Amino acid sequence: MIDIKQVRADFPILNQQVNGEKLVYFDNAATSQTPLPVLNTICQYYLKENANVHRGVHTLAERATEHYERVRQQVADFIHAASSNEIIFTRSTTESLNDIARGLGDNILQPGDEIVISIMEHHSNLVPWQELAARTGAKLKYIELDNHQELDLNSATEQITPKTKIVAVTAASNVLGTINPIKQIVQLAHHAHAWVVVDAAQYVGHHVVDVQDWDADFVAFSGHKMLGPTGIGVLYGKQDLLNIMHPVQFGGEMIEDVTRQRTTFKKSPLGFEAGTPNISGAVGLGAAIDYLNKVGIKNIEKREQSLANYLLPHLQKIDHLTLYGPQDHHTGVFAFNLDGLHPHDVATGLDLEGVAVRAGHHCAQPLMHTLGVTATARASLAFYNTKEECDQFIQSLVAVKEFFSNGLG
Amino acid sequence: MGLANLSFLYKTLVLEHAKSPHHYEANLPTNGHQVTLHNPTCGDTINVSLQIKDGYLNDLCFNGSGCTISQASASMMTDTLDGKSADDAQKLIQGFLNLCMGKPISDELKQGLRDAAVMGTVAEFPARIKCATLAWHAVQDILNQQK
Repeated sequence: MIDIKQVRADFPILNQQVNGEKLVYFDNAATSQTPLPVLNTICQYYLKENANVHRGVHTLAERATEHYERVRQQVADFIHAASSNEIIFTRSTTESLNDIARGLGDNILQPGDEIVISIMEHHSNLVPWQELAARTGAKLKYIELDNHQELDLNSATEQITPKTKIVAVTAASNVLGTINPIKQIVQLAHHAHAWVVVDAAQYVGHHVVDVQDWDADFVAFSGHKMLGPTGIGVLYGKQDLLNIMHPVQFGGEMIEDVTRQRTTFKKSPLGFEAGTPNISGAVGLGAAIDYLNKVGIKNIEKREQSLANYLLPHLQKIDHLTLYGPQDHHTGVFAFNLDGLHPHDVATGLDLEGVAVRAGHHCAQPLMHTLGVTATARASLAFYNTKEECDQFIQSLVAVKEFFSNGLG
Repeated sequence: MGLANLSFLYKTLVLEHAKSPHHYEANLPTNGHQVTLHNPTCGDTINVSLQIKDGYLNDLCFNGSGCTISQASASMMTDTLDGKSADDAQKLIQGFLNLCMGKPISDELKQGLRDAAVMGTVAEFPARIKCATLAWHAVQDILNQQK
């Protein structure tokens, strides 16, 4: 059980007024809020340990390095990786995915090979593959949605062929409120001898991640969507694949030996972390993992599902509201539109009511096109949200809708 | 009550323009100067077309999809700039952009902007400034290409 009062006390940002109204933060799919223990850990790091990692022999350098590497192990444990050598710190999910496309894709793809992604991908798991296809002459193909606006496994079966070399899919949609059958997709892909890249940005922190159970070859996610700071991301890769992946950034820290004309590189993970890394970001990520473990991922999953189950019928009851994704179940992500109203206008109206939602294409323009819209509004929940906030959101949404439909009044 | 502020941004005049935009053409003439601009935050697109004859802007029209603010502002823009000289249009566009950024502009410019002068309230809603200025930037782009 989650002590919601205690949890809310850990997130002082939630306890404020916005535009004269009580803040309801429903933009968690864009970024999660950061609890005090994470902020304090970052602060303590700068107060007591700050130094560059893997360079100095002095005591502070030792402390910083030990802490940085301790977090790497924490991340490995958190996602059930076989070894911390399989955990590379990056700037973001986007950087992790670009690293794979550049560092592996450029070296293995031949003209006529196929990259298969799903139509619901965030641009971060779409544009790098589009660019890779353009560079190598490979073909980019899409797994489509079924009638319920969920990933269509039949389409996956059709699209993944012996020519497919890379399959890249998201574990949870940032628009449709769905979770994808990663294990089945991995089986299809591995059967075709393709590698699988999983975008777990919307999944991690909400559900237990077990990369070995998935049997995923690569997994990417960001710290700031799981209570950590911005600017820190993770790239997980199976050890044997990291051994053949090339670094895409070169310079400090990642080298073994440099001569005038030639350089040899360190092995994973340090060989992929050129330059001084985001040490305080990693330290914050470690504290975020501690916090998530303390509350319990299973508890978080349960609470978020119960909030989502509460909100779903209330949203569906609003006349002239279109909810995207499946209608009978949903994660805490709700993309919707009101007939005749632009989502930007809806979001501004809700903002004046203190309710923070996202409006736009959610970095998923091909999906928007498939859904027949240019943009939607989106409310996304976290475990620190409450039923009262769901009620406030619904009440405000109805008021905004009435304002615009009474229009010229 | 938060929504009271909504009518501060969405004044009746704005809602009217958005509901029945002036000079909205489903098919823009193909013989004019035309430019398409995107609002990358929402994927909205605006297409603006105009003729320039003897240094004067004529037959200003637009189409595209967008929010209330961007549609209303485009409609107001066509009313304001149609028939103006290129120089006057540049001044009015700059005046409008300044107004949306919350900078003071002269009463003369404000009068020249006509209905569009009410869009100045968008300065209080920084996330929406791009919506209000998109159509005006489109005309500015066309005029700058003529230089």
